Amino acid sequence: MPDFLQRFDRSSLTLRVAFGVTLLLVIGGLLVSIAAFAYGREAARSAYDRLLLGAANDIASSIAILDGRAVLELPVSAFELLALAPDDRIGYRIIGPDGSTLTGYDEIIVPSERGNSRDRFFDGTFFGEDARFAIVTKRFAERTLNGTMQVIVGQTLKAREGMAYEITRQAVYVLIISGFAMACLAAVVVWSVLRPLKTIAGGLRDRDPHDLTPLDTAVPKETAVMIKALNGFMARLDRQMNSMRHLISDTAHQLRTPVAALRAQADLLADEADPERREKIAERIQSRSAGLGRLLDQLLSQALVVHRGDSARREEVDLRDIALEVFEEGDHRLLFPDKDVSLNVGEVPLPVLADAPSLSEALKNLLNNALKYGEAPIVVGAAKEGGSLCIYAQDAGGGPDAEALSLLGERFSNDTPTRQSGSGLGLAIAHSVACAFGGTLDLANLEQGGFRAALVFKAAHDGQSQ
Amino acid sequence: MMGLLRSLVLNAIIFAGLLSAGQAQELVKSYGPEDASETLVLRSTTDIEVFGPVVDAFLSTRPGLKIIYEQWGSNDLYELSRKECRDGASVADLVISSGVHQMVKLVNEACAAAYSSRQTAALPEALRWRNELWGITREPAVIIYNRDLVPEQDVPRTRFDLLDLLRPAGSPYAGRVATYDIERSGLGYLFAFSDAREASTFGALQESFGRTQAVSTCCSADIIRNVAEGRYLLAYNVLGSYAQGYQVSDDRIGIVLPSDYTIVLSRALMIPKTSTHFERAAEFLDFLLSDAGVFALRKALLISPMLDTEDGSEAETLSSTALRPISLSPALMVALDKLTRETFLRRWRSTFPAP
Repeated sequence: MPDFLQRFDRSSLTLRVAFGVTLLLVIGGLLVSIAAFAYGREAARSAYDRLLLGAANDIASSIAILDGRAVLELPVSAFELLALAPDDRIGYRIIGPDGSTLTGYDEIIVPSERGNSRDRFFDGTFFGEDARFAIVTKRFAERTLNGTMQVIVGQTLKAREGMAYEITRQAVYVLIISGFAMACLAAVVVWSVLRPLKTIAGGLRDRDPHDLTPLDTAVPKETAVMIKALNGFMARLDRQMNSMRHLISDTAHQLRTPVAALRAQADLLADEADPERREKIAERIQSRSAGLGRLLDQLLSQALVVHRGDSARREEVDLRDIALEVFEEGDHRLLFPDKDVSLNVGEVPLPVLADAPSLSEALKNLLNNALKYGEAPIVVGAAKEGGSLCIYAQDAGGGPDAEALSLLGERFSNDTPTRQSGSGLGLAIAHSVACAFGGTLDLANLEQGGFRAALVFKAAHDGQSQ
Repeated sequence: MMGLLRSLVLNAIIFAGLLSAGQAQELVKSYGPEDASETLVLRSTTDIEVFGPVVDAFLSTRPGLKIIYEQWGSNDLYELSRKECRDGASVADLVISSGVHQMVKLVNEACAAAYSSRQTAALPEALRWRNELWGITREPAVIIYNRDLVPEQDVPRTRFDLLDLLRPAGSPYAGRVATYDIERSGLGYLFAFSDAREASTFGALQESFGRTQAVSTCCSADIIRNVAEGRYLLAYNVLGSYAQGYQVSDDRIGIVLPSDYTIVLSRALMIPKTSTHFERAAEFLDFLLSDAGVFALRKALLISPMLDTEDGSEAETLSSTALRPISLSPALMVALDKLTRETFLRRWRSTFPAP
């Protein structure tokens, strides 16, 4: 059985629809046929019962009393009525007040246990064949005869059965026609449903390998799910390729100047004879290469963040843990021992859906910027502000000027000569992280004085949770 | 020609025999080889001499088959068949009777076996019932008259003409019109009953017969001979096939098919359900309905040439709507109902006082 199910799972959709439609038709057809037969029998019964009753009444009304005796001329019309069921045998019996048969077939027996005497029909047999009888009573109150006569008229069931079969046959014909129509309709529907899939497959096949633009989504709603997933996947691929491209160009751009400067210094060093000046040049080379090392670190961490932003699984992360972790790592104590850094976190958890290493990296960069350009005291913290959650690094300085601020957050550019050691890259990393997890990078001068750089996210449980 | 004449003389003798009502068969004759392997028993009300050639025609295609033909009166045949049906011990393989109402009743009582073939299906609805009863002949009920004694202008073409003929006081036809005694003749009763169903004329006719002291008597042969001999001038409701058969040898009688309507009798055939040679009996039925059978029946005048409307025979040509076949329908059972028969006969007796 599991084998069968497995096979069924892999069978074509057309086959499944065909199977379903066939099952429906067979079961439905069976039910409708049974219902039609039952209906046909009932219709035939009531139709022919009326004939019987009509004939019985006709006969009863032709009974007259003459000299205390029943006189009767059987109305031919009654028999012609019954002959409307042309192939059925006819039985009749007229029972007088004393219970004797006046005329007709003695063989017809009125069932004694006719529960309801008002019931005008009963089933019986007539010369070995099943038959149906109608019974009509007529009262006489003459001087010479007083009592009740019973007229019983019956008929075999051939015409009734014929009519029931005829009705059933018609119903089955309709059923076959509608079943055929349903099968055709199902075939058309399956074909039209599967057509978009073929179109999509054809579109994908004919595509340029580097073309990652979204596919045409003008397809039925049900198929659009697949298209959307496919387009999402391609967009992610596209983003990653773009960021790789950016990374490469950024890295080239960032490295070209310091490497050229180093070479120039090295050339100078080679040509310099004066030992004092050589000393100075060597010092400069040393500081330049240290700066280059830092720059490489940052470039790699940006690459890491950008990569993780698209590929790492989102987890619920408490922003307080990130702030605590960055604070406790204590790099700042080594690099800037003179600057005072404090931690500010609350009691309430601040969960967001993000990647913890990326957030740490971003916060570390913000802290570094604050240490480098800001003034003590510096605060690292996490907070809830209205509907959003943020982690931030705050200093007491005046922050960058308005023009520079407006440029920040965009793609990194290191035009300002005073910042050649790479603060722009730090913000770029923070910005990338914010974007990757649906947040923003917020840079603002505080009202009470000081500058704050913050990553703002929506709370994980506020409808954004998945 | 001589053979035909002889057979007709024989007919007359047999018809005379019909008068004496007995419970036994009137005549028996065996057809086919004595040492045949199979024997069919055929019971019929038709005279052996009339139906014999038809049996011979059938047997000519089936060597090795013997048919025993028993000739019966219709009432006796009915009683016998009914009794044997109830006892379940019938010896007959085929029953053919002019008492079609009796045959309908036998079928109604489940005495017949069902059979259907291309031939039976080709019969009109009115000539078959339940695939158990089939009408095989076409014989009109006619008015016959004595050619010498009835002047041409007096010959009644319709029942109204007959009424007009009997109306004047002192009409020469008073007391000289004959018809069947329906109490004694099953066929006469059937014709009278059909007349009563067919038109209101019959009531007037009956009244007229009574007033002019018409004669009710038994049996086709008697009536026909007496008309020919001038004892009666006219006879009403005589079986056309017998009249025409008689006319061939004795042209003193004339035949009229009433043009208001003419009742047509089809003798009915059934195969008793106890028949031991069902297949042979069915073959015989198919033969009677086939072209060869119809030809044989026509030759025996059992399918009356007078009914061929385009045929310029000496009888009236009739429009086909005037032909009223007695259809094989359960409505015929009314004729056999005890009370109905009593009532019908009481009215008849009030017209024709018992002789």
